[in-house]
Amino acid sequence: MTAASSAPVLEVSGLTRAFGGLVAVNAVDLAVQPGQIVGLLGPNGSGKTTALNLISGVLRPDSGSVRFAGQAIAGMPAHRIARLGLARTFQLVRVLNGMSCAENVKAGLAFHSPPLSRDEIDKSVDRLLRRVGLADRAGIPAAGLTYIDCKRLELARALALKPRLLLLDEWLAGLNPSELLIGIELIRSLKEEGLSILLIEHVMDAIRSLCDRCVVMNSGRRIAEGRPDEVLADPAVIEAYLGVSTDA
Amino acid sequence: MSPTQIAALAAGGAGLVVLALLPFYADAYYLSLAISLLQFTVLATAWGLFSGPTRYVSLATTAFFGVGAYTVAVLGEVLAWPLVLLIATAIGALMAMIVGISTLRLSGLHFVIFTFGLAELVRQLVIWYEVNKTRVLGRYVFVDITQNDIYWQLLALAVAVFAIGWLIARSRLGFALRIIGEDETVAKHCGINVTLAKVTLFAISAVFITLVGAIMAPRWTYIEPSIAFNPTISFQVVIMALLGGAHRLWGPAVGAIPLTLLFEFLSARFPSTSTLIIGIVFLLIVYALPQGVTGLWERVSRRKSEPPVAPQVQT
Repeated sequence: MTAASSAPVLEVSGLTRAFGGLVAVNAVDLAVQPGQIVGLLGPNGSGKTTALNLISGVLRPDSGSVRFAGQAIAGMPAHRIARLGLARTFQLVRVLNGMSCAENVKAGLAFHSPPLSRDEIDKSVDRLLRRVGLADRAGIPAAGLTYIDCKRLELARALALKPRLLLLDEWLAGLNPSELLIGIELIRSLKEEGLSILLIEHVMDAIRSLCDRCVVMNSGRRIAEGRPDEVLADPAVIEAYLGVSTDA
Repeated sequence: MSPTQIAALAAGGAGLVVLALLPFYADAYYLSLAISLLQFTVLATAWGLFSGPTRYVSLATTAFFGVGAYTVAVLGEVLAWPLVLLIATAIGALMAMIVGISTLRLSGLHFVIFTFGLAELVRQLVIWYEVNKTRVLGRYVFVDITQNDIYWQLLALAVAVFAIGWLIARSRLGFALRIIGEDETVAKHCGINVTLAKVTLFAISAVFITLVGAIMAPRWTYIEPSIAFNPTISFQVVIMALLGGAHRLWGPAVGAIPLTLLFEFLSARFPSTSTLIIGIVFLLIVYALPQGVTGLWERVSRRKSEPPVAPQVQT
């Protein structure tokens, strides 16, 4: 959790995964330095979520290496990667509908190794619900939450893992303008606490205001990498999103 | 402990004493009925231990039950009774682990079909072995176990299955399984070893089912594969657990008791059409009570005690 060390929290190189003839992720390199927010951009179907699934252990890479906090994690089962301190949220928000909000957060706290004490768990549940703005919802079933509150709850569950790296898959998508501002502030405050974040995002305001660096993918390949303003001005990136202009 | 908990515990203890003394005041017919009731109560509760939280419908009940019965048929006359039960436990657990590791990655319908096939596979293996190696299809079970002994053993097993179910629900394993039942992907990303949790619980459930088979074996004196591996048992147990509601520890027992009585009545009154009627009962339960009796009861009591945000009670 030390932001002082200069070694990257996450270092991905040559990451590749094919489904039949379709190479969904093709020799992708990316790195997240401690305390940085890195944006993973690209048009729909460019392989961003697959890359996240490969990093978090949902899928096994065909080749390439993933190093997390100095440890090779490529091909490791998802639960072991999670226990190492790599947490994520999902593109289509996933909360445990049959449980209360407090139990949803507890799900992220109950399986640490070494295990937390019951007292620590109870305190952390309160702290995390307060952290995402759901302090008054502890007892209510998650099924009764609004969309943004589901997103908050999912984030609290991810934070419950005490992550060193947080993967956010379009966490800001579908929020209205005022909710978006709240969401951006929440992510920024996590960065200020020293958390490293890799996020997939389409909301340009969020990318510009949050990301230290961006990696852009298209058709499974990395096509650009750099500061958000540089990357978003890159002709290859503009072409990937908007197509080739006829007068070029 | 709150006063209501103490009262419940005292009532439970008194009820247990009444049940334990039953062989001294009931005649042979009622003792036999009580054995059936206990048998299905343990089977359905053990089935619900695994299938309730994970929502995997297993039709392997008869595979484990039959293996338990055959363990007794083979070893009953050779070894001391407690040792026979111990070996049945070990075989049931080992078989569940092998089956679990190879199949619990299957989802939904595939798992149902596999478990149904498993029971048939085990039955055919036993038939093959008996025909080719021992050259007899049936076996006699001559052990020194009375109906009273069977009854008391089943009663002890029923107490054990409820105690263990209660403990699991309060453990990290129980919480892990509830999360797995809700969303397996989320469970993995919470750091839960999903396969280990499922296999562990499948093995615990299978051990109880195997032991029921072992304890019941002396009741028959003669067994053969079609008796020990009767697929009807698998279906009956599923119907009972669904009627009661598999998401609560005591749900399957709530279903097991009326349905055992019903099946007992049907097979006595309508021996030729009882399977047909059982099938209709199955359909009625699935359509009319998808959450079981306990689910219905919870809905009704929730409607009475507004607001609906009452914290969920764990079992």
